[in-house]
Amino acid sequence: MDSSHALDGHAAHPAHIDTSTGLDSRKMAFWTFIGSECLLFGSLIATYMAYKGRSIKPPYPHDVTINGVHYEGKLNIPLTSVSTFILLMSSVCMVIALYYVQRGMRNKSTLWLLMTALGGSIFLGCQVFEFTHFYHEGVTLQSNLFGSTFYLLTGFHGAHVTVGVIYLITLAMMSHRGRLGPERALNVEIAGLYWHFVDVIWIVIFPLIYLIR
Amino acid sequence: MASTATVAAPRPVAAHHAEPTGLWSWITTVDHKRIGIMYGVTAFLWFLVAGIEALMIRVQLFVPNNHFVSAETYNSLFTMHALTMIFGALMPLTAAFFNFVVPLQVGARDVAFPRLNALSYWLFLFGGLFLNVGWLFKAAPDSGWFAYAPITIKAWSPGLHMDFYVLGLQVLGLSSIIASLNFIITIVNLRAPGMRLMRLPIFTWMTLITSVLIVTAMAVFTIAVTELMFDRMFGTNFFNTVDAGADPLLWQHLFWMFGHPEVYILIIPIMGMVSEVLPTFSRKPLFGYNVMVFSGVLIGWLGWGVWSHHMFATGMGPIADSFFSLSTMLIAIPTGIKIFNWLGTIYGGSVRFTTAMLFSVGFIAMFTIGGISGVMHSSAPTDLQQTDTYFVVAHIHYVFFGGTVLGLWSGIYYWYPKIFGRLMDERLGKIHFWGTMVGMNLTFFPMHFVGMFGMPRRTWTYGPEQGFTIWNQVETVGSFIIALSTLVFAINLFTAWKRGRIAGPNPWGAATLEWSIPSPPPVYNFREIPQVHSRMPLWEDDASKAGGIPHGKVDEETEQVTLGGAAIAEMRDPAHDENKMSAHDLGIHLPPPSFWPLVLALGITSIFVGLIFRQVGGAMHNLWYLMFAGVATTILAIYAWAFEPGH
Repeated sequence: MDSSHALDGHAAHPAHIDTSTGLDSRKMAFWTFIGSECLLFGSLIATYMAYKGRSIKPPYPHDVTINGVHYEGKLNIPLTSVSTFILLMSSVCMVIALYYVQRGMRNKSTLWLLMTALGGSIFLGCQVFEFTHFYHEGVTLQSNLFGSTFYLLTGFHGAHVTVGVIYLITLAMMSHRGRLGPERALNVEIAGLYWHFVDVIWIVIFPLIYLIR
Repeated sequence: MASTATVAAPRPVAAHHAEPTGLWSWITTVDHKRIGIMYGVTAFLWFLVAGIEALMIRVQLFVPNNHFVSAETYNSLFTMHALTMIFGALMPLTAAFFNFVVPLQVGARDVAFPRLNALSYWLFLFGGLFLNVGWLFKAAPDSGWFAYAPITIKAWSPGLHMDFYVLGLQVLGLSSIIASLNFIITIVNLRAPGMRLMRLPIFTWMTLITSVLIVTAMAVFTIAVTELMFDRMFGTNFFNTVDAGADPLLWQHLFWMFGHPEVYILIIPIMGMVSEVLPTFSRKPLFGYNVMVFSGVLIGWLGWGVWSHHMFATGMGPIADSFFSLSTMLIAIPTGIKIFNWLGTIYGGSVRFTTAMLFSVGFIAMFTIGGISGVMHSSAPTDLQQTDTYFVVAHIHYVFFGGTVLGLWSGIYYWYPKIFGRLMDERLGKIHFWGTMVGMNLTFFPMHFVGMFGMPRRTWTYGPEQGFTIWNQVETVGSFIIALSTLVFAINLFTAWKRGRIAGPNPWGAATLEWSIPSPPPVYNFREIPQVHSRMPLWEDDASKAGGIPHGKVDEETEQVTLGGAAIAEMRDPAHDENKMSAHDLGIHLPPPSFWPLVLALGITSIFVGLIFRQVGGAMHNLWYLMFAGVATTILAIYAWAFEPGH
């Protein structure tokens, strides 16, 4: 978002990026930021994995029988598979949105940015439903190791999706007002980097929490 | 419009870019030089605060069974001494130099993201204040800077003490991450034309390595304190070993995964500073530049694989102990390479012992002592004898005080004339140097002995029959000698600012780009972005300095490393070292001042203030609404920031 250096609309050098690597500084900063984010998520995932299967009292994520007592698993794998699919498809929408922004097609840009945001919102809706449902089933932040690690990891990811949705809606509004021409396509590209990153992280989280027992 | 000011007309340039004045111009500044000065001044004040805390610790330990402070206060004192020194003084002092010097060394007009730079300063200021506000409520953090969970969860650390820790350090961590992102991009992407990566000044290289360590290691720490915060505030079970079966070592692993890179974060910039000072005052290029760069990278890399050597006493088992012993010993190799290269730089040079040079030479000696006791700790069986004794305290103070602080003082004497345009007094400087050397060795060397005698660290007091008394008294006397020398230093810093001798652009005859421009530098740094042809732009034409190096000479044109006349390596890698920065000048475009960084920092800090005071009795009860005010301010500031014209 912040750059004193490149693509700041100087008439003198419209498309020229004057940096040592030839890459825009904002883009490079965003990649570095993603590197830092990997360590943030990595630590949370490491905590989840370290505590996986170590809860000493129910509720448990998957079906389990302990000392002859059967406990039903709490995770709703079909629902989350659907929401995962929608989140991944929203990445496709993001690619299409960038395509239209780069070609200056205003209405289609707006539409596909909103579609991307919609995909993220549906994912969030499923997460809110899942959290509420869990809460009523007795899975809380305080219940056991599973509750604490599950909510912090998926909640942290959900917070990232929320920020992304707001980011995308802002871009869609800019696009709608004609303030997101091809010369500003980099803004959308960076938003895309963020959005794809949030998806990729979910591809790691989903199997670790839901699929692997 | 900035583009009208062309390089062909120097006077209009200066007229168009006059130095702004007034308090408001400092509050809204996005100039890396001013932010650097603000970092430096704030961090020096924190250094004094943390120093006073250290003196109180020393007074308490002067005689056996002393009651100068209570045991509770003592806990807070050693905790806050460490936190304030590390996060308030030493890291920000290095950040002050990153800010001021790095853009000048790479030949840039500012950092890549000037407003983010301002934001990281304000977050640092508020985070430091937040952490210290605990003193006012008699609730300063008191479980050590390492804050080992589970002892720090609410059940065993009631009160607000550790809440200040978990929240304050998140603000400070955020500040460091943002600042480091900025430096990475500045160094990689804003180099002047012709400045390849292997032509970067060594201080800039070390800044790059440090910044990479910060953006990675701080992220791990942020998650660790977030988990502890959730445990303390929302009753989660990450460290609840009793009721939930949590792992008592989880915190230690996460903490030291950050904590060990952190000690390299504190020493690698100093290695860079010393590597600038020694060549300048030996009139010789740095000995083995390439090896110095790669050993720095290697230290940073290995720094990620040694964290569990802080945990030998936890019973990790022989395989983990052996692995971490070996990896720790390995670090001695790149560090030893650096020490020998520094000696090689001085060897055969025409050495001038200015104060900056004295501190650098002192750094080599003292840091080597700290390094050697570090290698002793790397052996797990030996370490079991030393864990939690004063021997470890001696070690960390030889690397942090003998290493980081001496190096920082060297850097201050070296770059002060560039920053303020005036030289510091050499006579006071030498008093400062010798006082500091005598004081630090009196203070910290006897700690090796009392540690070996079995005096535990972080202990409030000791008995007269234990035999620690005499050495503790020597240590306390030493600490006051350090304090007096620091007072001399502070007087020197202050008087030189107004009354020091005028320095001129290059008082030391140094080689790097920052010395090619006036002191203090103009707002735009370089009227014309320089074209760089070698590693030592200002020494290029001086054969007596650039050539005639006995060993390890680097031919700048071919980047061939030669040893004893034979080519041993080819450094050139066009694919990775091509600098695409164009040589033609596009006119001076400086970002306008902005107050949104300050507003954003206030917003973020308000969230944390609201969190900590959300359900507290007494005068400060229920400031929960500050959380929402903070969130609103943060969102507003982000949008205003993103759409601010001119940036």
